Amino acid sequence: MAEPGELGRFGEYGGRFVPESLIPACARVEEAFRDAWSDPRFRRDLDRLLAVHAGRPTALTPAWRLSAELGINVLLKREDLAHTGSHKINNVLGQALLARRMGKTRLLAETGAGQHGVATATAGALLGLGVTVYMGEKDIERQALNVFRMKMLGTEVVPVTSGSRTLKDATSEAMRQWVTCVDEAHYCLGSVMGPHPYPWMVREFQRVIGDEARQQCAAELSTGVPDYVVACVGGGSNAAGTFAGFADTGAQLIGVEASGGAAVASGQTGVLHGFRSYLLQDENGQVSEAHSIAPGLDYPGVGPEHAHLNDIGRARYVTVGDDEVVPAVHRLARTEGILPALESAHAIAWVIRAAGTGELPPFSTVLVTLSGRGDKDVATLMEADPMEAGPMEAGS
Amino acid sequence: MKRLVPYVTGGIRPDWTRYLVEYERNGATAIEIGLPFSDPILDGPTIQEASDRALSRGVTVASVLSDISDLSLTVPLIAMTYYNLVINKGPERFCADLAAAGVSGLIVPDLPIDEAGPVVTAAERHGVDLVLLAAPTTPPDRLAEIAARSGGWIYAVSTMGTTGERDQVAEEGIRLAKDLRELTGKPVLLAFGISRPEHAVAAAEASDGVVIGAALMRRILDGGEPEELGAVLGEFRAALDTVAV
Ligand SMILES: Cc1ncc(COP(=O)(O)O)c(C=O)c1O
Repeated sequence: MAEPGELGRFGEYGGRFVPESLIPACARVEEAFRDAWSDPRFRRDLDRLLAVHAGRPTALTPAWRLSAELGINVLLKREDLAHTGSHKINNVLGQALLARRMGKTRLLAETGAGQHGVATATAGALLGLGVTVYMGEKDIERQALNVFRMKMLGTEVVPVTSGSRTLKDATSEAMRQWVTCVDEAHYCLGSVMGPHPYPWMVREFQRVIGDEARQQCAAELSTGVPDYVVACVGGGSNAAGTFAGFADTGAQLIGVEASGGAAVASGQTGVLHGFRSYLLQDENGQVSEAHSIAPGLDYPGVGPEHAHLNDIGRARYVTVGDDEVVPAVHRLARTEGILPALESAHAIAWVIRAAGTGELPPFSTVLVTLSGRGDKDVATLMEADPMEAGPMEAGS
Repeated sequence: MKRLVPYVTGGIRPDWTRYLVEYERNGATAIEIGLPFSDPILDGPTIQEASDRALSRGVTVASVLSDISDLSLTVPLIAMTYYNLVINKGPERFCADLAAAGVSGLIVPDLPIDEAGPVVTAAERHGVDLVLLAAPTTPPDRLAEIAARSGGWIYAVSTMGTTGERDQVAEEGIRLAKDLRELTGKPVLLAFGISRPEHAVAAAEASDGVVIGAALMRRILDGGEPEELGAVLGEFRAALDTVAV
């Protein structure tokens, strides 16, 4: 996975499609990131923060009982064990450190599931930066726990009432607000999307997932490298970070989208939020609303590098529906004692399905990134199907 | 005479083209027509609401263009929209359709000069001016490039923010207009936040004219009839006519 050059391109995707007012701000972020990323001191400071504050490295957990049931060898990369409960903290600590280096005093962020908002709130508290988070009204309702966490951390949560009242509109609003305060505020984008350099920068901040997993797999597996590397895709940051560690291996890379937010599977080329990629839209070019039980996957676009990896065939993108996700949560909870986030459960659900159909051959080794923990989703799960809490048939 | 360019969201109501007729009658030099998009990231609440309202009526680029192609206006019409709608048709067909409907200019706020190549070429081929935006944060070398490549005139965004009414014309906007005028002989129009006739006067003293968006659209959203809006525009015209060219 390469550096996207001056124009921020991954093949024909990426770029910097923002209002002229934001061009200098994007250029400044790019310059600061290039400078920081090649500065051993910055890298050391970030590594230390990730170790002492975020709890890295996260474990690689063999899923013994699930593996036995499925007849394959499943390894879980445990981003659910990272501080604040998801992979989002990796990127945010990087950007917050960068913001401070640029002399910014505030962070702006958008959030869907609330995990990126909580991570940003946490980094702000840790590094002494003010934080404002934009969040769709609908997400505020379904992620009340995370809204409360952000507020406890001293963050202002601004409800967004326009459009679909989810992540798409929260992102538009954060960009609009960034225009008004570019001098003092850094826009801390939560995934591998947005204008250049964000898709590249966020992937680099998330590659710690893949780099760690690569080393851990080398120690754990006789083959050294898993046959399959699987991660869920909203914007695509946990997947991009995971894939980055295995791009130069023979592992098959699989991104799992929510079927109601599947930009790669059902989108067309378009431009939204500063980048060109696959985008869910109607025949007139109006952006469609995504629908997923997992708020973090409820986004009509996908990071530009994923669009490119799909086009060149280096990664494959598959979809999973809400109906498969809830049972996958329960299955992982029962077999491994792990309650995954609904987002992460998409990756698990695909693995369960693919093992059942033989798409994942018997005895193959499969690394799955568990992007976050499911605490935030308990209310949704209770509502979705309280009966699911009953016993499951073995091997189903 | 200073230029006066009112904005209207295409398809805001079934008889929306009556606003165009009234604007022409009351001193508009050109009219900017918004082709509504679901995610207008450079627009504030008023124009967002106008776009939503038009879209929920089922308005499309094609329907807006079809509405205006029946008119016999003499002032130039300039389309404003976001890049995704251009990509949807492809720059070539998009510009051809504009030209066929009698639209002679195009503004795409999320298409910066670095990415504009394909649209510049298509627009030129169809005789449409691609009007580029400049902002208070645009550095001098970039400002010069924008001024040189902008088609027809230059759209100077007066403030670091989105469209919407404001209490005064931002100082940074006045400075931007002055800087641009020193760089180029092309007309420089100041836009964003021009809400009252006295704002237009202050802006026009430093520029070649103004674009008025949210202040008109708010009245339209509140139910303002075309004749009323024409009268409002007339007040801006009268104020601008007191400014020496
Ligand atoms: C736990 C979790 N996983 C995955 C995602 C999806 O984001 P991405 O695809 O950028 O990793 C989110 C987003 O909010 C999340 O909270």
